[in-house]
Amino acid sequence: MPVADCIRTAWWAILSIKDEVGVGVSVGEKKDITKVQELVYEMKVDQVMARDIITVSPDDLMSKLRELLRDKHISGVPVVRDKRLIGMVSIEDFIKCLAEGKMDSPVKDRMSYDVETLYDNEPLVRAVEEFNRLGYGRFPVISRGDGNLVGIITKGDIIRGLLKKMEIDYHEEEIHRYRASHFFEDIIADKTTLIFQYKVVGKDFNRAGETSSGLKKTLRRMGMSPKIIRRVAIATYEAEMNLVVFTDGGEITAQVTPSEIKIEVVDEGPGIPDIKKAMEPGFSTAPDWIRELGFGAGMGLSNIHKCADVMHLESTVGKGTRLEIAVHLNDKENRASEEDS
Amino acid sequence: MTLKEVVKILDCQVLTGEEELDSEVKVGCGCDLMSDVLSFIKPGALLLTGLNNPQAIRTGEMSEVGAICLVRDKQPGDDMVALAKENGIILLTTSLPLFDACGRLYQNGLVGHSEYKG
Repeated sequence: MPVADCIRTAWWAILSIKDEVGVGVSVGEKKDITKVQELVYEMKVDQVMARDIITVSPDDLMSKLRELLRDKHISGVPVVRDKRLIGMVSIEDFIKCLAEGKMDSPVKDRMSYDVETLYDNEPLVRAVEEFNRLGYGRFPVISRGDGNLVGIITKGDIIRGLLKKMEIDYHEEEIHRYRASHFFEDIIADKTTLIFQYKVVGKDFNRAGETSSGLKKTLRRMGMSPKIIRRVAIATYEAEMNLVVFTDGGEITAQVTPSEIKIEVVDEGPGIPDIKKAMEPGFSTAPDWIRELGFGAGMGLSNIHKCADVMHLESTVGKGTRLEIAVHLNDKENRASEEDS
Repeated sequence: MTLKEVVKILDCQVLTGEEELDSEVKVGCGCDLMSDVLSFIKPGALLLTGLNNPQAIRTGEMSEVGAICLVRDKQPGDDMVALAKENGIILLTTSLPLFDACGRLYQNGLVGHSEYKG
């Protein structure tokens, strides 16, 4: 199909779905249509317009248009003075001028001054309406901020812009769908474990959270379910805060297998004298400076317990503490919640 | 309630996420204890807090809040604003104290966690 016909067909498609979703479309189609509907309302003129525009000055001679129209394959040129649009000169104006043999007259004598424009921050749906209402091939685009000419928009630009955006969105969705389960399916081995190791610096309150943040982003890139990621992130963050607040630093290791995420947090002191007591919500030995910073309310370990499927804590005073938690990936409950999300 | 409405009701200054103010928050939480926040806040909630340090952002990141609003005119440091930006967290400030800010939002229909169904 020639390009012009493609554009015409795509244009009619946009016009019809802009207004309403037809009866009898399948669910899959309906989803795509809704996406276009969303996009024509969401996207703005300046996201699709051409910024690299050819212009002429009102004092240029009509003869200058000969090369422009021929070489650039365009059918109209905006006339601009000091970045302001003052009119348009079209191929029709040029032909008329040629027939009258007045090619040495200035553009300002032959151009049209009454020009319909669009603003750069108007939604595409408005551009679609204007194209349809007035039947023009293009609109100059004016900046709402300073009133200068900033671009030019054609139906082709709108279609290309929508297709490109849909492709990007679709691609992002595809990545999102590439869940951890698939990741593991692609690995050929009898047993697979991914290990991520992090070092946590003690007493550096400003950097606290870097490990949990890094682990969280990693799990997200692997396509893990959001609910699982949130539980792991909160538990790891609380454990990381404990390392920062109470110890001189330690190590956090995450082991990911097809069935669970296991987090191991190890430090070399000072140790917890009474683990049972430390686990009680509200029990805290945190110094005042930590409380002032919004932590140390005695909820950390009980929060970790709440987020984990398995929690194991062992500690020797003067030696160190080892915390191990696991979040299961294949529990019925997790799978159900994954489908919800 | 949209964040635009929140900004209007609390007369907020928008520090990050200006372009995302059309998004909606369904539940609010006013709290200065980050462990409390981590233990019960719902994803997508609006967190109002007087805690003006990077851990407020980290807490928001881990618990996936919809937005954070600092109360009583606290101005966050550049590091905190950068951290919010990096993690796509919308950060607002208001001059109202915590109780007043929560009260005004509640009055305008934003529920807390005890009433939130969803």
